[in-house]
Amino acid sequence: MDYSQFLAMKQEIGLLIVFLLVFLYDTFMPRSAGKQLPVFASVLMLIFTAACCFCPCLAGSESAFAGMYETSAVIAAIKNILNIGVVIVLIQSVKWANSEEMAPRRGEFYELLLVTLFGMYLMISARHFLLFVIGLESASLPLAAMVALDKNRYESSEAAIKYILTAVFSSAVFMMGLSFVYALSGSLYFQNIYLALTGQHSTMLVLALAFVISGVGFKLSLVPFHLWTADVYQGAPTSVTSYLSVISKGAAAFAFLVILCQAFGAVYANIWEWMLYALIILTITVGNLFAIRQRNMKRFLAFSSVSQAGYIMLGVIAFNAMGLAALMYYILVYIFSNLAAFGVIGAIENATGKVSMDDYRGLSKTNPRLSLCMMLAMFSLAGIPPFAGFFSKFFIFTGAINQGSVAIYVLVLIALINTIISLYYYLLVVKAMYIAEEAPVVETFKSSCGERIGLWITIAGIIGLGIVSCVYNFLLDTTATSAINAYFM
Amino acid sequence: MFSNPLIYFVVIPLLMLGALALCANIKQIRAVAVAGSVALMALSTYVLLEYLDMRAAGDNAPMLFVDSWQWFTPLNIHLAVGVDGISIAMLVLSSVIIFAGSFASWQIPQPKAFFLWLILLSTGVFGFFISIDLFTMFMFYEVALIPMYLLIGVWGSGNKNYSAMKLTLMLMGGSAFLMLGLIGIYYHSSADGHLTWNILEIARNGAISSGWQYFLFPMTFVGFGVLGAMFPFHTWSPDGHASAPTAVSMLHAGVLMKLGGYGCFRVAIYLMPQAANELAWIFLILTGVSVVYGAFSACVQTDLKYINAYSSVSHCGLVLFAILMLNTTAMTGAIMQMLSHGLMTALFFALIGMIYGRTHTRDIRLMGGLMKIMPYLAVCYVIAGMASLGLPGLSGFVAEMTIFVGSFQNADMFHRVFTIVACCSIVITAVYILRVVGKLLFGPVQDKHHEELTDATWWERLSTVTLIVSVAAIGCFPNFFANLIKTTFSPEIFTVLGLN
Repeated sequence: MDYSQFLAMKQEIGLLIVFLLVFLYDTFMPRSAGKQLPVFASVLMLIFTAACCFCPCLAGSESAFAGMYETSAVIAAIKNILNIGVVIVLIQSVKWANSEEMAPRRGEFYELLLVTLFGMYLMISARHFLLFVIGLESASLPLAAMVALDKNRYESSEAAIKYILTAVFSSAVFMMGLSFVYALSGSLYFQNIYLALTGQHSTMLVLALAFVISGVGFKLSLVPFHLWTADVYQGAPTSVTSYLSVISKGAAAFAFLVILCQAFGAVYANIWEWMLYALIILTITVGNLFAIRQRNMKRFLAFSSVSQAGYIMLGVIAFNAMGLAALMYYILVYIFSNLAAFGVIGAIENATGKVSMDDYRGLSKTNPRLSLCMMLAMFSLAGIPPFAGFFSKFFIFTGAINQGSVAIYVLVLIALINTIISLYYYLLVVKAMYIAEEAPVVETFKSSCGERIGLWITIAGIIGLGIVSCVYNFLLDTTATSAINAYFM
Repeated sequence: MFSNPLIYFVVIPLLMLGALALCANIKQIRAVAVAGSVALMALSTYVLLEYLDMRAAGDNAPMLFVDSWQWFTPLNIHLAVGVDGISIAMLVLSSVIIFAGSFASWQIPQPKAFFLWLILLSTGVFGFFISIDLFTMFMFYEVALIPMYLLIGVWGSGNKNYSAMKLTLMLMGGSAFLMLGLIGIYYHSSADGHLTWNILEIARNGAISSGWQYFLFPMTFVGFGVLGAMFPFHTWSPDGHASAPTAVSMLHAGVLMKLGGYGCFRVAIYLMPQAANELAWIFLILTGVSVVYGAFSACVQTDLKYINAYSSVSHCGLVLFAILMLNTTAMTGAIMQMLSHGLMTALFFALIGMIYGRTHTRDIRLMGGLMKIMPYLAVCYVIAGMASLGLPGLSGFVAEMTIFVGSFQNADMFHRVFTIVACCSIVITAVYILRVVGKLLFGPVQDKHHEELTDATWWERLSTVTLIVSVAAIGCFPNFFANLIKTTFSPEIFTVLGLN
């Protein structure tokens, strides 16, 4: 075996180094230095992210291990997007990680987080289902431990149990699907599956795809595989919830697109277009309708993230380069908007322990800046210009319609009508903060330095990512020249 | 980029936003608002004069001051600007109303936040009127919609939570259809694969097949029609206007509802002439209903703002009604009606706000004899009422006359019948206007406490005088405005006119 192949995995190696440094720091530094671990990890991750974003050596396409692993400019870009999100999550979680009850488990949070990120890297880069499953598992199982980090809180443990059971069950379903695929095609390489399935149509294939889609659908919390979402989001520590809702979802969405195109692209029109079509309508609508009734902010954002996943899937069903670019852009914007919302929720929870929407009443009077951030985040999630969410929604719809069929027009119309429902519940938060006339519940407080930096970054992203066109232009240019285009028909 | 005067219609409000954010007290806020709105008026006057000069020099392009800067290159999205006489008329209208609105909200509570949202709203309005790129147009359109939620929710009165939510959701519902329509237009904008968002290029290409026009025309017309208060999508308007604070009602009825009419005209009919020609009858029926139904509803209301809001439904319905007549005279009338309604309805809402600020009621049954107590405001109210019911010499007469003459030019039975039905609204308008004037201004004083009330302050006088002068200007010099907007209505530019 040619060990120089490992050099193709530049980003993975970089991440591994970050992980090792954090691990060594946590293990060997004296206990008194532990307080600096969150800052150390954030800075390290920031340096790594910046290096990845500006390193020209990541622009080329490479593949290793007989085609099991692949990297290209597009893949490097999506990994960078995830990295940016992780940096923000880390910055926002500094205060929480330094709290009293987290002290004995501080290092674990960072180590587990980096391991799951590594797993997501593998999911994205895998071109063989064995590697993909390794990635999927290492991205799922440590997350259960992260969810349980607040081990003295009953909800946290309950959420972890729910998460791990559904995760294991959905992996089993996914593996079942894989065995069907293997039976049909005789290989687990995406490329071979693609060739073997060209022109095929059988009940077994439909079943195989249904299993595979439901397996990944769990990670994305597509309806009807979303049932764990609200409970886990509510029970997990807020920093873990924000990580779960953006990074884990973003990675799964991209990996989902890669699988469906590169392994199953040949049966797009016959089989999975219609499955996805139904899933998208269900996901967006059910997510939206359930979000209306939520009073707990974390549950509320859980259902909002379910419906957002439906919009992200529009980029997959588009099945073209524009859809791919729009999907990546949507993930990026969604990371910023959702993390802004979670930043505010986390700040308020850390300061006062309040997470109910009723507690947000009159927030604009006591904490005007936090409520402004929250409002911008809500507007961005709802797709109101001039914030980035508007652009990402517009582009994902444009990408989807580029596919051209009448059915897609209908789908986009349903999605658009759903944006009105989503606007309603996002405005409920704004209403609580700005319009409600009851006495404010949350006292004026000063949020910590990390929380403020995190919010500054996310708000800058919400305002800048849309108006400054170069991000989207870059993504579309990158995807337009990418090899993945060969799979779109 | 900054050599084009149009871009300053967006730059000035943005500078105002920045300046407002730095303001520390109410005086500075007022100074910024007044300075900014004066600058906008000056700018629109400058553009108007330049435009007339260029037209007089023989420039026959469909739009002038055309410019375009790349934005999202791979999707061919540009920040494209350009104006013709119609857009200029709308820009002038908007700047006048924002000027008057700033004075009408002289003593608003939480002035900083209020003006921030109000100016953001006007950024959207101006951006919409100068854009000729569908994407930027749509973006500015939505920028203009969302501040309404907070403006009504925070500073409104009455059932404001409900109204604000209803208004926002209904208008956003309209823009959902609109967004699909615009993306559809983009994908059919060109036959040779060079897709474009630019209105002028799309119109020149004329590549949208008639099948797609049948789909895209209703999408865009309904999308904009919601904002134009087209029946049955008008229900946000009475509630919204009734709950909104004075300046917001002025701006919303005066300018924002014109976005709907302008959009129907500039996007739906201009880009999809065939479908417009063949489907116009459906929307003609709906808008005809708006005209009559709005007027009848106004007759039975007792809240001043509701009366005026329903009268807006009727008058804005008339705008869409006239546009759908698809001939030059009626369309000219439609644009005149937009200007006329914008100004007089802003005047109405300003006066209602001023009266409400004194009497703390808007119920006409509880008021009376205001002519004796506040003669200045009462006289203004009469003038506004006369403009609304079409007294010659004021703007309403010119607009409605042109509309009905134009509508009657369509010789077939269907159009004639609907024209006559719509004509009836003039009579009904007279009923509700005179009813209000009689009850509110004349007769005995209903409430003893009202006798101690004061008349208008200087800022209120300034606000109303500006609007009255403008209303009279349109009424006395209609030809000036007709000449301003006539270039667009040639069959070469506006293809739908050649189809009849």
